[in-house]
Amino acid sequence: MLSKEEIKFEKITAKNLPRESLISPGHRACQGCGEILAMGMVMKAAGPNTIVANATGCMEIVTSPFPETAWRVPWLHVAFENTAAVASGIEAAIQMLYKKQKIKEKPNIIAFAGDGATADIGLQSLSGALERGHNFLYVCLDNEAYMNTGIQRSSSTPYGAMTTTSPPGKKSIGQCTWKKNVAMIAAAHNIPYVATASPGYHLDLMNKVRKALAVDGPAYIQIFSPCPTGWRSKPEQSITLAKLAVQTGVFPLFEVEYGRFKITQKTKELKPVKEYLQLQRRFRHLGEDDIAYIQERVKAEFERLKALASLDA
Amino acid sequence: MGKRIGTEVSIAVAEAVKLARVDVISAYPITPQTHIVEDLSQIVANGELEAAFIPVESEHSAMSAAVGAAATGARVYTATSAQGLALMHEILFIASSLRLPMVMTVANRSLSGPISIWNDHSDIMAERDIGWIQIFGENGQEIFDLTIAAFRIAEDKRVLLPVCVNMDGFILTHMIEPIEVPDQELVDRFLPPFEPAMKLDPANPVTMGPVGVPEIYTEAKKQCDVALTNSKPVIEEVLQQWAEIFGRKYSLIEKNGTESAETVFVTMGSLGETVMTAIEELNAEGQSVGQVRIRLWRPFPKEEFKQAIKGVKRLIVIDRALCPGSTSGPVAAEIKALLYEESEKPEVINVIAGLGGRDVTRKDFKTMLDMALKGEFKDDYTIWGVRSHAE
Repeated sequence: MLSKEEIKFEKITAKNLPRESLISPGHRACQGCGEILAMGMVMKAAGPNTIVANATGCMEIVTSPFPETAWRVPWLHVAFENTAAVASGIEAAIQMLYKKQKIKEKPNIIAFAGDGATADIGLQSLSGALERGHNFLYVCLDNEAYMNTGIQRSSSTPYGAMTTTSPPGKKSIGQCTWKKNVAMIAAAHNIPYVATASPGYHLDLMNKVRKALAVDGPAYIQIFSPCPTGWRSKPEQSITLAKLAVQTGVFPLFEVEYGRFKITQKTKELKPVKEYLQLQRRFRHLGEDDIAYIQERVKAEFERLKALASLDA
Repeated sequence: MGKRIGTEVSIAVAEAVKLARVDVISAYPITPQTHIVEDLSQIVANGELEAAFIPVESEHSAMSAAVGAAATGARVYTATSAQGLALMHEILFIASSLRLPMVMTVANRSLSGPISIWNDHSDIMAERDIGWIQIFGENGQEIFDLTIAAFRIAEDKRVLLPVCVNMDGFILTHMIEPIEVPDQELVDRFLPPFEPAMKLDPANPVTMGPVGVPEIYTEAKKQCDVALTNSKPVIEEVLQQWAEIFGRKYSLIEKNGTESAETVFVTMGSLGETVMTAIEELNAEGQSVGQVRIRLWRPFPKEEFKQAIKGVKRLIVIDRALCPGSTSGPVAAEIKALLYEESEKPEVINVIAGLGGRDVTRKDFKTMLDMALKGEFKDDYTIWGVRSHAE
């Protein structure tokens, strides 16, 4: 749905940053967890008039050990692979109850799921919900493996990474496939808004959430979420990694607004991927040749993205 | 007071769902459930029912969306069959554990493999322990009535559980029957608008579906079990109110035939109608035969069942599903377990019949009785009508 329409939304700046935390402290996320950080930012941007559907995964576990809850908004967890369908049901109910004047306003509806729940087991459910046009935001918190079950590879695990089911060995480099690009798959559904974001760029992330919630119809945001436990990185370097992934082009920031591609990161001259890879022990087995291959492919993919963005410039 | 019309039972079910004024329908097509959802889509498209119809991409999503909608406070309906029900499996337990009222029709069909679109009860028997209220209807009118009553049962604050209404695929779904369809006003009197006990509401945030740590998992399961067990008197109460308004009374266990019958056939679903005519003929021939129909399968009406078979010498329990490698079919296993503690108990003969759409006729029941009287059922269970080359 190519359109020149601008999305109207209330912009977040350093001055008007929402103060209210809708995910309360005391949750059980690991030190330096990029997921909980990103989720907190999403919720700040969304505000309290929001219903959350959460897939099974780290974020579900750490925020809801009964009888405790970290959630200050209505929250529903059903299963692993079906969060987009659950959100579809919530959305359909909200629309109908509003139409029948049984509720007075329509809240935001946000589905949170990890990369395994999105790129692998929940891809069908996600595709169905996007295709049907439900008015909701799907956020994929992408920490690039099944961290909750103990760091197993997903189709969102990057090439060369060590996980417990993609271990490097004499006959393997580790993860031997390239990361699945779910943001592009989402964009192929011709939904109003698709974006990638990183908690290293919090204002950009929060404004993308505002945009996503402002459109009428489905929106998809994939958020790069460093995981010190799974990546074997230092908890205090999570934000550094969240920035380096963007600056090296490993996880470029872009948005697709009514079909128009736009690169949203300032760094257009990419830093070497080595700067990003060397801070994580999941990549420490990689040789110079491997790094050169990754460098080449990252660069090529960024060029393709630039070409897409130039179509609509 | 309504009208009596000749209609396909699936279309009558859609009409019942319309009269129940559901808010959200979430469904995926599967034979032989299709006519129900096709008709509901048309009813919604015509503006005859103000509801959201979510044309989901799978049954797994059908049940997931139903859970999401019910948690948001909507009155929710879905329908499925066989493989579709199996695909929902994971979410069925979660729906009951979340204590979400909703109604699902299962157009009973055999599970693959081999693939078969025809009728038996293997689909629902594989879902026996999902924690839902499970009802079996015998004919079109009963299915129509129980569909509306199911919403009232599910939504009762003393229950708050999903309800599954079983109807035999093709034999009921595709049958044209005379059905009395009541006026909307009367249905409204019976079924008030849904008032959820708890819902996803930003003004009053709740956390639904949290982690059940070992300290509380057992307690959560216990609560669901108590809720299901305690739903029985409410189901009876609702069916009594149905009888008072609509004049048709449904008991949890139904008994027919000679009062002091020596042999009693036990069935669930539409086979009960065939048994009814078979025992009429048998009793006219001088036999002493009765029938017991289990209308409520979960929670199992233990006392009512024991009462219904008091003094009976012999039960011939018909199962429409196989439990491979087990001691008997699922219904017979239930009954044997129930009767174990009784000092006087009947002989229990278990016949697995009507698998994958194989017809079970009056003649079959007569042959079963004949064999039972001659003591020819030697095994724990007998698969009925097996052609010789499968032996």
